[in-house]
Amino acid sequence: MKIRLEKLTKKYPSRDRKSREEVTAVSNFDYEVPDGKLIGLLGPSGCGKSTALNMICGLEKPTTGRIWFDDDDVTDLPPEKRGVGMVFQSYALYPHLTVRQNIMFPLENFKGKDKLSKEEMMAKADEAARLVQIDQLMDRKPGEMSGGQQQRVAIARALVKRPRVLLLDEPLSNLDARLRLQTREEIRRIQRETGITTIFVTHDQEEAMSISDYIVVMNVGEINQIGKPQEVYDSPVNLFVAKFLGTPPINVFDGEIKNNALFVGNDRILENTGLGDQKVTVGIRPEGFLPDPEGSLVCELSSIEVMGRDTSVVASHPACQASSLRAIIGSDSREGLKTGEVRFKIKPDKVHIFDSEQVRIS
Amino acid sequence: MEKKSMKGWLYLLPAILFLGVFMVYPLVDVCIYSIEEGYNSASQTFYGYGKYNFSYVLRDPYFLQAIKNTFLLVIITVPLSTIMALLISLALSSIKKFKELFQTIYFLPYVTNTLAVGLVFMILFKKTPYSDGMINALIHLFGGSSIDFIEGPYWAKMLVMCIYTIWVVLPFKILILTSALASVNPVYYKAAKVDGTSSFRIFRKITLPMISPMIFYLVITGFIGAFKAYSDEVAIFGTDLNASGMNTIVGYIYDMLYGDSGGYPSYASAAALILFVIVLTITCINLLISNRNVHYS
Amino acid sequence: MEKNSAANKKRTEHPVRKTLVYIFLVIWGLVVLFPFYWMILTSVKSYSSYNSEYVPKFFTTSPTFQNYKDAFTAVPLARYFLNTIIFTVITTALMLIVIVLSAYAFARLDFRGRNITFTLFLSLMMIPNELVIITNFMTITNLGLRNTFTGLILPSVTSIFYIYLLKENFEQVPDELYKAAKVDGTSDFKYLVKVMIPICKPTVITIVILKVIECWNSSVWPRLITDDEAYFLVSNGIQEIRENGFGRENVPAMMAAVVIISVPLVVLFLIFHNKIMEGVSRGGTKG
Repeated sequence: MKIRLEKLTKKYPSRDRKSREEVTAVSNFDYEVPDGKLIGLLGPSGCGKSTALNMICGLEKPTTGRIWFDDDDVTDLPPEKRGVGMVFQSYALYPHLTVRQNIMFPLENFKGKDKLSKEEMMAKADEAARLVQIDQLMDRKPGEMSGGQQQRVAIARALVKRPRVLLLDEPLSNLDARLRLQTREEIRRIQRETGITTIFVTHDQEEAMSISDYIVVMNVGEINQIGKPQEVYDSPVNLFVAKFLGTPPINVFDGEIKNNALFVGNDRILENTGLGDQKVTVGIRPEGFLPDPEGSLVCELSSIEVMGRDTSVVASHPACQASSLRAIIGSDSREGLKTGEVRFKIKPDKVHIFDSEQVRIS
Repeated sequence: MEKKSMKGWLYLLPAILFLGVFMVYPLVDVCIYSIEEGYNSASQTFYGYGKYNFSYVLRDPYFLQAIKNTFLLVIITVPLSTIMALLISLALSSIKKFKELFQTIYFLPYVTNTLAVGLVFMILFKKTPYSDGMINALIHLFGGSSIDFIEGPYWAKMLVMCIYTIWVVLPFKILILTSALASVNPVYYKAAKVDGTSSFRIFRKITLPMISPMIFYLVITGFIGAFKAYSDEVAIFGTDLNASGMNTIVGYIYDMLYGDSGGYPSYASAAALILFVIVLTITCINLLISNRNVHYS
Repeated sequence: MEKNSAANKKRTEHPVRKTLVYIFLVIWGLVVLFPFYWMILTSVKSYSSYNSEYVPKFFTTSPTFQNYKDAFTAVPLARYFLNTIIFTVITTALMLIVIVLSAYAFARLDFRGRNITFTLFLSLMMIPNELVIITNFMTITNLGLRNTFTGLILPSVTSIFYIYLLKENFEQVPDELYKAAKVDGTSDFKYLVKVMIPICKPTVITIVILKVIECWNSSVWPRLITDDEAYFLVSNGIQEIRENGFGRENVPAMMAAVVIISVPLVVLFLIFHNKIMEGVSRGGTKG
């Protein structure tokens, strides 16, 4: 099922009682979520992504705008009438109920013709539990389980009533690093198996990039960019998106276009930019640096960190906005590097140029 | 939005109803009663408004006796019980073995019916023609002469009163102080030990300031509780407290309301308001003192 | 090694001081327990042997249960007992309904005027009972509810303090549980019954125990509102026994009655002493 979000806006009354001004959490959220895909809603904390999710879920009403599930306008429907399943950051499992009772809880709310018999509920609960592979633990209480297992119970509980949409709020943030990798694969698998349109919220770009079909990058209540993870990474629309995606983060320099060439400080690093003379901001991905005695970017190398497959080089450059820049190079080009002056050749496709409004122009 | 509001109020409705009828309305009503002069509870009529009820109560020798008894009781039992509770709690918190057993025993009086146990105290202290009672037997043992604590001299009755009151209020105070002592972070003690601080100094400079909010809480609630003393008196001296000269302010209020001398809600209201003002004043004074002396972290 | 360090520890802990502390604690323990001992002792002495002891003995060689029989036959002790149980059960049950609903409204429901109402509730906590009992007495009397259970029960079915205690506990239940329940279409009331109350069961139990103690020991209001023996609670019963008692001053029988009245609460306390003490230390006061 596809979801159409039409100019969703959410405003809250200000916390400060004196000012009448409203705080806008989400503004003009416009997006059509394609059917059966896994969407990562990505942004720093406080960017409005959770509010957006809550509006899709029905826990919050948009101030203006409409929400469509296929051809149904669900804007004014309560959550249970929308057919959504939601997994909360802290899982929100009922601590006094067993796993089975937790999974069955949503089914017990069905009324009238939807009402299920005890056996039907059990069967559905078992099925959901099998899908997330916790059918061995049905009689435990949440307190007796690991974080990863609790997470699965929460997903089973969200799936048991066959929702049209599955929503996950920071599903991995309460797990430790190893479990996180495992669980995100698991989410991917469950989504593929069920084919349910799934939206998950995260502030961790790596998480979003790794499993999403599409990512939606948000900042201060607005959508900055939507696209396939690699597309967004390769061609960010603005400096914010460029900075937000990628670890280590992109290196940002003050630059200038002069005579069709790109200068960073005094270093002329790119030719034929096709741009008019102007001051610009330059972003270079860490993997865009190639150590080369002939290279045009002259840096002061301060340390080399060998991290197995790759090598991370920490250096500084007078035009760099941060006190140091970080480059990732293959281990074969490591040889001969030592502290002191070092020259880099820059891969043109790893360079992004932003104008004074921080919008990408090249 | 409106529907949501309705639901909240609906859930609150029972509580608001009960509080309204049995708390808010009476609060207004008691003030009105207290200024209605010559109220007759049978015909529910009165002559007019004025402060006569207050002046009557304040001149009533029974009330003055009640004030004297209550104040004596407060002045003696509040400091004494607090200090005793502090000593006992300190002793309790310095041991490990049997700590829980002692704690449980010490708390026992809290759950018992004060009227029932009061009766035991009366039996212990009472002197009758055919028996001296347990306490008098003890006094004899140490070479004293027997006294009737229940129907004898005023000081003896007061003594029994104070002993019983302290026995009744201590469990609560010990419990509060023990948990306050237990919640002091042991790091402070360790730090002080490293500096070679003497244990008395540790008590004065660390323990006492740390638990001072709780001590203060106990003093305030102790004052309030002692000013409302009544049941314990009834337990020991019987319902006719005026006759035994051991009435308290609260006892006076109830006597005015109901009982052999009862049927005067106006006088009772005036007395209740006087009590309220006294308690409020004392509490305010306590608060003022504490602001200067209590350490709040 | 272990032994050595234990010995060292003991040495630093002043054995003399420790002994003194224990002696002090034991003495106070005796002071606390003695009245209970005396009450049980006296209750098993026969009427004649008690009255023949000019100097009371600290033990008895011929215990008798006659006094317990008298306590039940000579005075309607069973009736007082039954009344108290009825009073306690109904009051506690009604109070639970009232306070759970209000605490839930304050903790979880969103409505206009919630905070100001809660502040008003809290400020009512400062009003002493003595101030309102006069009008309540008049109200119940005028409604013709004297000597009825209704009259006994009604004024004590709300407790702001317990509302406060429960509200604090309800608020500790994570918000997300409520949201999760909402997503599944759970009604507010069902959420309260199925999730909130089970999670907060320890607090609810504590409140119930404290209220039961309060009801069992309540004496002032019952004395005001009942003068018919058929509605006496144990407290009034004991007062009645004391004043008009067994036709004559029968101290052993009186003590037997006291023992009987005290037993239920002492048993309750022995079973739940941790819960009770924890509940009380969280700010409870007597009555």
